[in-house]
Amino acid sequence: MSLDFDYMLVLAPILLGYLPLTLQMATIAMALALVLASLLAIVRVLRTPVLYQATGLFISFFRGTPLLVQLFLFYYGLPQVLSFMTRIDGVTAAVMGLTLHFSAYMAESIRAAIVGVDRSQTDAALSIGMTQAQMMRRIVLPQAVRVALPTLVNYFIDMIKSTSLAFTLGVTEMMGATQKEAASSFLYFEAFLTVAVIYWVVVETLSFVQRRLERWLGRAYRR
Amino acid sequence: MIELRGLTKRFGANTVLDGIDLDIAEGEIVVVIGPSGTGKSTLLRCFNLLERPDAGRLTIDGLTLDLAHCDRRQALALRRRTAFVFQNYALFANKNALDNIAERLIIVDRLPKREAHARAREILARVGLANRETSYPSALSGGQQQRIGIGRAMAANAALMLFDEPTSALDPEWVDEVLAVMKDLALARQTMLVVTHEMRFARDLADRVIFMEGGRIVEQGPPSELFTRPADPRTRAFLRKVLPDAEV
Repeated sequence: MSLDFDYMLVLAPILLGYLPLTLQMATIAMALALVLASLLAIVRVLRTPVLYQATGLFISFFRGTPLLVQLFLFYYGLPQVLSFMTRIDGVTAAVMGLTLHFSAYMAESIRAAIVGVDRSQTDAALSIGMTQAQMMRRIVLPQAVRVALPTLVNYFIDMIKSTSLAFTLGVTEMMGATQKEAASSFLYFEAFLTVAVIYWVVVETLSFVQRRLERWLGRAYRR
Repeated sequence: MIELRGLTKRFGANTVLDGIDLDIAEGEIVVVIGPSGTGKSTLLRCFNLLERPDAGRLTIDGLTLDLAHCDRRQALALRRRTAFVFQNYALFANKNALDNIAERLIIVDRLPKREAHARAREILARVGLANRETSYPSALSGGQQQRIGIGRAMAANAALMLFDEPTSALDPEWVDEVLAVMKDLALARQTMLVVTHEMRFARDLADRVIFMEGGRIVEQGPPSELFTRPADPRTRAFLRKVLPDAEV
């Protein structure tokens, strides 16, 4: 077995040129998913009638079906039944799918973190005259985020890697680019090894940021 | 004048508070004593609707409400007229000492941040913790946390301060510093309703001591009378237990 290192060194910068698109999709989807997941979690915690049942169905569906199926459903399926979606492009469909899919998972970990905030904290917040919304925003969510952070970063890592599925929607992101390069050079092993290393380095960098962030969020809890 | 009428609270079939009537004058210091499980804490928690009673009317600082049926807006209005000191301090874990006190001033009273912090600094100084501004609760002793807990309650400028066994979670070495802060408030004639097992505090500073048992007020009076000549045998039995050296 021989490895064509020179090819990998030439290929790497080409693939890195597609990294911004990959990170863009993941970041936008993560930001949207965080907002959506927080809303879902609050509905789950407060058990708001009707919304509670609706969010239950939503979470059940998006956790219960494969991401790839959901992406195909959005990109190939929906335009056939909804006329205003005929012009949906691959990137939008991918971001939409990633957002909905991951928000369903993240809602559960945010919900658990909210429920885990000690009762004395909410009693104290109410006792000083805060409204429910103020209590959530100022006391409960900041404490819940700290607890949920490691899991949320895990989902973000998963999300970065899942953007590779966008190539099945015709999006030339890092994975799509690799596929094309490999098809013309026939050096499949080198090509996919290169892209694997790039994903790996990105995720490791993120893990480093995560450790920093955890330390910063934990500053109120050190003795 | 604070007027409470017919406060009743049930947990399932268990009646914890059985039609309590209680008047508290402005600047009065009222201490509630009694065996555990007689509804003392629940009484306090009904005063600011942390617990929703089954019946009861309360008039406080120009606000009269039906405690069992009032809406969210009225509950807020009541909570903004009262302040609560918790047994387990319950400081906001994500906020430092200064912000624990300033939080209410900024969020509820809508003071500018600078003004709120200046006021919070005065309070920190008054509870003797001017040097712990940036400390988080996890880095403070129980006594320090409770003094900040009282400071947070002081920021409210409340018509009534409620103390729920403020010293009973503390190691003995921290009790005195907390009692000193409460004494400071009592001498400044802050209206307060205190549930405590600290008989010294009751004897030295209360205007009136209430003995509760079985969800009812059994007996009440100035400490000089209640501690020396309790009329009811239940009061006598309780005092004999908590004050073994006293002649009751």
